[in-house]
Amino acid sequence: MKFGRTLLVAIPYTWLLVFFLIPFGIVLKISFSDIALAIPPYTPTLKDGFWQMLSGLDLENYAFIGAGAVFAVFAVLVISVAMFQIVYPRVRRALIPDARYGVFDSAAAALTTLAVALVNVALIVALVSFLFPVLKSFVDIPDFLYFAAYLSSLKIAIISTFLTLLIGYPIAYGMARAAEHWRPTLLMLVILPFWTSFLIRVYAWIGILSTEGYLNQLLLSIGIISEPLAILNTPVAVYIGIVYTYLPFMVLPIYAALEKMDDSLVEAAEDLGCTTLSAFWLVTAPLSKPGVIAGCFLVFIPTLGEFVIPSLLGGSNTVMIGKVLWEEFFNNRDWPVASAVAVILLLILIIPIVLFQRNQEEAEQ
Amino acid sequence: MAQPNTNVVFAPWDDPAAKPIIQFKNVTKRFGEFTAIDNLTLDIYPQEFFALLGPSGCGKTTLMRMLGGFESPTEGQILLDGVDIGPVPPNERPVNMMFQSYALFPHLSVWDNIAFGLKRSNMPKDQIGDRVEKMLKLTQLGKFAKRKPHQISGGQRQRVALARSLAKAPKLLLLDEPLGALDKKLRNETQFELMDIQETTGTTFVIVTHDQEEAMTVASRVAIMVDGSLAQVSTPDQIYEAPNSTYVADFIGDVNLIEGKAAAAKGGMDVHWGDHQPPIHITTDKPLPAGAHCHFAIRPEKVSISATTPKAANVVKGTILDIAYLGNISTYHVEIASGVIFKAQTTNSKRLSRRTFTWEDEVYLSWTDTAGVVLSE
Amino acid sequence: MRRFSWFNATSLTFGFAFLYLPMLMLIIYSFNESRLVTVWAGFSTKWYGELMQNEAFLDAAWVTIKVAFWSSTLATILGTMAAYIMVRAGRFRGRGLFSGMIYAPLVMPEVITGLSLLLFFIAVDVDRGILTIVLAHTTFAMCYVSVVVTSRLVSFDNSLEEAALDLGCTPFDAFRSVTLPIIMPAVISGWLLAFTLSLDDLVIATFTSGPSSTTLPIKIFSAVRLGVTPEINALSTIMILLVTVGVISASLISRSLAIKAKADERKAEQQ
Repeated sequence: MKFGRTLLVAIPYTWLLVFFLIPFGIVLKISFSDIALAIPPYTPTLKDGFWQMLSGLDLENYAFIGAGAVFAVFAVLVISVAMFQIVYPRVRRALIPDARYGVFDSAAAALTTLAVALVNVALIVALVSFLFPVLKSFVDIPDFLYFAAYLSSLKIAIISTFLTLLIGYPIAYGMARAAEHWRPTLLMLVILPFWTSFLIRVYAWIGILSTEGYLNQLLLSIGIISEPLAILNTPVAVYIGIVYTYLPFMVLPIYAALEKMDDSLVEAAEDLGCTTLSAFWLVTAPLSKPGVIAGCFLVFIPTLGEFVIPSLLGGSNTVMIGKVLWEEFFNNRDWPVASAVAVILLLILIIPIVLFQRNQEEAEQ
Repeated sequence: MAQPNTNVVFAPWDDPAAKPIIQFKNVTKRFGEFTAIDNLTLDIYPQEFFALLGPSGCGKTTLMRMLGGFESPTEGQILLDGVDIGPVPPNERPVNMMFQSYALFPHLSVWDNIAFGLKRSNMPKDQIGDRVEKMLKLTQLGKFAKRKPHQISGGQRQRVALARSLAKAPKLLLLDEPLGALDKKLRNETQFELMDIQETTGTTFVIVTHDQEEAMTVASRVAIMVDGSLAQVSTPDQIYEAPNSTYVADFIGDVNLIEGKAAAAKGGMDVHWGDHQPPIHITTDKPLPAGAHCHFAIRPEKVSISATTPKAANVVKGTILDIAYLGNISTYHVEIASGVIFKAQTTNSKRLSRRTFTWEDEVYLSWTDTAGVVLSE
Repeated sequence: MRRFSWFNATSLTFGFAFLYLPMLMLIIYSFNESRLVTVWAGFSTKWYGELMQNEAFLDAAWVTIKVAFWSSTLATILGTMAAYIMVRAGRFRGRGLFSGMIYAPLVMPEVITGLSLLLFFIAVDVDRGILTIVLAHTTFAMCYVSVVVTSRLVSFDNSLEEAALDLGCTPFDAFRSVTLPIIMPAVISGWLLAFTLSLDDLVIATFTSGPSSTTLPIKIFSAVRLGVTPEINALSTIMILLVTVGVISASLISRSLAIKAKADERKAEQQ
């Protein structure tokens, strides 16, 4: 029995060690190596002897891609999100000192939240955009491309997460309020795109957004525009693509949170004097918060390293770090720099991943 | 479980020559910091119907799971027929368990559920069928053999679980809250069925329950557990009539507890309580030493209520505060002059409209000198 | 009673239109006569015919299916084991690292997983081909399988397994004859999920494939980069329809099973 258990643990454990952990060790090691005209195209390798190899490792690639500056920006970002957590409740309390749960108050509460959230997003985006040239003059970054790619990935991930939430929440809310016998069907309709090919779903938008695409044809024929819009190969197309492909990831956790909510809570709030709107704002919205947070992380985390969407819809104007890594590896064949890019991306992702897991644990309790 | 057809009373626990089937020897079980079972010693005899009774968290389920082999004692030994079963895994113990949730395999039919254990024993294939049929007959499940567990009712499921755990003819059958999921009426019927089956098969049953009525009905002996220890192990009537502590007296049934001081008296003892109240006379051959702090415990149904002064060993006077009408009986809450509230129960042999007493009536409460017990702890 | 307002109706209508219109357009235009994909020139199924003639696509499809079959099967075995360990094995040394490794690939950007596996295969000098894609897909798909199976095992009544042990099963026998049959639906959906993930994967496959082992997504990706073609529309339509039929029939089957079980229970209680 003891032996059987050990074997049971050993098999998947070994698999993950070999095919997950060790490969990361190799990436880490190569990120400290130098590019070389050899096979494999980096130096030093184990062939040079273990100690020789260790002493040959350096931080050159990290300096090259401007890792320090990336971390500086990321730190500022984390601080500004933390500030939002502190500022928002105060602003809200200041604007609505004693809520009477009337129409005016709930509208004010909604507007405040929206305004603070928008200001926050705008601040972050502005920060990210204005910081480049400032930082560029202060920090000596040999190649600005990587730094810009990290920042623009962050910007795209934040904005598209926010947009997905804006579109996803009403859908989840509508599903949760639909009649009981309709809900399984609606749920299936949300899950179905998740099972269909990601690549095909992104591809579908090329035909819609291109200059002679269906959208331009439609807008031209109704006469809203006279010149076709250039949407494909711009960041707008990337936003559309991300919102479209990641929408189920936002809708499902919010729906799950709303669906298990007790209806009588809203009724109790209304019984105690809330309007429909203020009942939503004071009862439904706070109770769906874990779902919203989970959804935001589920969109934000994979978007940050996204490759397919920017390369198919974004054209050469949209730089995202996943795409840069890909090109560095396949086109420039600079494995050490590609590895360093991957390591930094991973380090940035650790914070949201840890926050996400904590949110999940809290929601389970 | 008194056996009606024999003149010999079934009481191996009083027989020094009887060999116990199960022995707990100074068993302690800890989960981290928490002590679930605290240095417990207990003997259970063959063919007993032994009930473990206690509030949730008292350690009764842990005790049973140790017998089943799902937990092992931190300290001490558990012997089955004199052999330490500590190192024996559950699948090799001659012990079977009926789970609280029944744990019927949902993907197997009733027949296959019952045959499950037999197929894993050395029993030849052709005998398995006979054995399953016998079990189906014993539990009156014959026509449900082909159904899946979700296609039968709760009461039938309970019987499948019983048949399955009895099929291997274990030396010891463990029942974890076996009737907990049934409604009250079905539970009462099933209690008697359980007793019949236990008697027919002669298996030793250990039942865990939090329902005192159930324990009192089915068991030959009841163990009252509290905080990982045994408060009292005795026959149901002893537990009820002669509890050994105020905890047991209070846990089982309804009781009046009066705090007082012991005093010597002819043929027994007196308990002095309250100011200006006559002492309570008790006839006993084991009086407490004079001056000892003690409790007098008496069941409400042993307290009579009357309008005029009765002739009895103990009489007190009071006012009716409340009447709880329960159909077959009524309980009167009577306030004695000193502020103590006494409960007295009467059988409603008359129609309610002709009831003798009502609120605020002055009444006399009385009881004999053998009706209650004095408890020192 | 929940009140379904006009606002709810509007958001659902627009939401589902947004989700389904692009795919619908794709399907409609796969039947377009013209090679100019955005101009409707009449109904035709000729692109399906041409697709069937295209050896390269057919080869890639065959490779993809082989890879998906083997990797999802392996991933299901390993993922079920991993889930069982997470739920049942209690404490063991290195449990923290294990649960980290189980959940990390779910949120890991594919480019990083792909890159690290490729560098690993080069370091240990394995020729890239179907085998390496299978290994890579197994590694990330087993984590999805383990999440699906874990959520089933968590709600699994532990006393069923204890009952099996009590009735004489060895732990392995108890798993095989009681636990596995009961969690089978979750294991099957884990397998289906792993299979679709593998069918769908472009990034990891690109990193770990060799010149002789091009999968369908790789093929589609390189074709799509040059723009929209009617053959790809036809191929996409076939894939969308296959998945749709699969998902809808799976959900219908599970719903009718659930209804039947409920009816059985009601009938049983009335006896």
